[in-house]
Amino acid sequence: MGLQSGEKLAMFKWSYPRNRWSLVVLRLLAFLAAAAATLVMVLNKQTKTFVVATIGTTPLKLALNAKFHHTPAFVFFVIANGLVSIHNLVMIMADLLRSKFDYKGFRFPMVAILDMLNLALLSGGANAAVFMAELGKNGNSHARWDKICDKFEAYCDRGAGALVASFIALAFMLLISFISILKLVSPSSHISNNNN
Amino acid sequence: MAETKRIITIFLRLLALGATVSATVAMVTSHDSAEVLNIKFMAKYNTAPSFKFYVIPEAIASGYGLVALFLSRKSWVDGLIVIMDVLIAMLLTSSISAALAVGEIGKKGNGHAGWLPICDQVPKFCDRVTGSLIAGFAAAIVYLVLNLYSLHVVLAPLFPV
Repeated sequence: MGLQSGEKLAMFKWSYPRNRWSLVVLRLLAFLAAAAATLVMVLNKQTKTFVVATIGTTPLKLALNAKFHHTPAFVFFVIANGLVSIHNLVMIMADLLRSKFDYKGFRFPMVAILDMLNLALLSGGANAAVFMAELGKNGNSHARWDKICDKFEAYCDRGAGALVASFIALAFMLLISFISILKLVSPSSHISNNNN
Repeated sequence: MAETKRIITIFLRLLALGATVSATVAMVTSHDSAEVLNIKFMAKYNTAPSFKFYVIPEAIASGYGLVALFLSRKSWVDGLIVIMDVLIAMLLTSSISAALAVGEIGKKGNGHAGWLPICDQVPKFCDRVTGSLIAGFAAAIVYLVLNLYSLHVVLAPLFPV
């Protein structure tokens, strides 16, 4: 099926970047975005003291903190983004050190499959975290869950920044995965690339 | 060979269709009401935006699965079906992860945020949502297997090992 659809993919060839460095640049951008998301979420912490009661004239204070590992969805988010950044880093290394290894033709399917798997992982992590953040921002009156973003504003803002970075990484991973799959189904267009 | 491929893909698509349809139906028909301190509150799927988002991709995947079972086998239709399979698998993984994140909070609560679990008060809702999430997760896995199988079928002639 792949061989006879070569002419059907002619309409894709104008948009497929023939340059070897374009994929590396995309992977670098995806790595930076995913690494930024991971770091911002891991270092996301805010402590606030609340006055819970007043005995006489002295108020009782309680220090509550918000960390990312209180929420399993954010833990999954951090793990997913960490794995995606490691994947992109390894793929950049494999691309730069291409001349030193002989992959015996196994490289293109492996790269395409790994890209697709990491895309699904990143999408899962980002979506879980964004709905958890929406719950934290708006609360849920039916379940009597109070919103927490009015008390921990800096935590929410930094979490939002990490989510934005993760979605940018998701967009880049989508492009990268698309290009990897295109490389897979039209291998004749870059046999010359293989000997670089 | 082509017949085996066709039988396996039709079997996988039927499995995925059943899983997505049951996930959609179970989520949409889940409701329960509880009375706490003389305040009656209803738990429905559209009280949580995550579950509302979950129903949409499952419904899209059900419709697509139904259509993909009956499409004709031209080569360009096959390629389009493979691309759409990948997109639908991505949609399904996103929706199931979002719904699982909120569902886990509903089942276990979050002590740090002061969110109590609601499964004790609305057990019927909770059970039906759990069933729907299990079906949705199975649908995501079946679509993943379907994608890997399509990839294998396309790649095996090119890389004889």
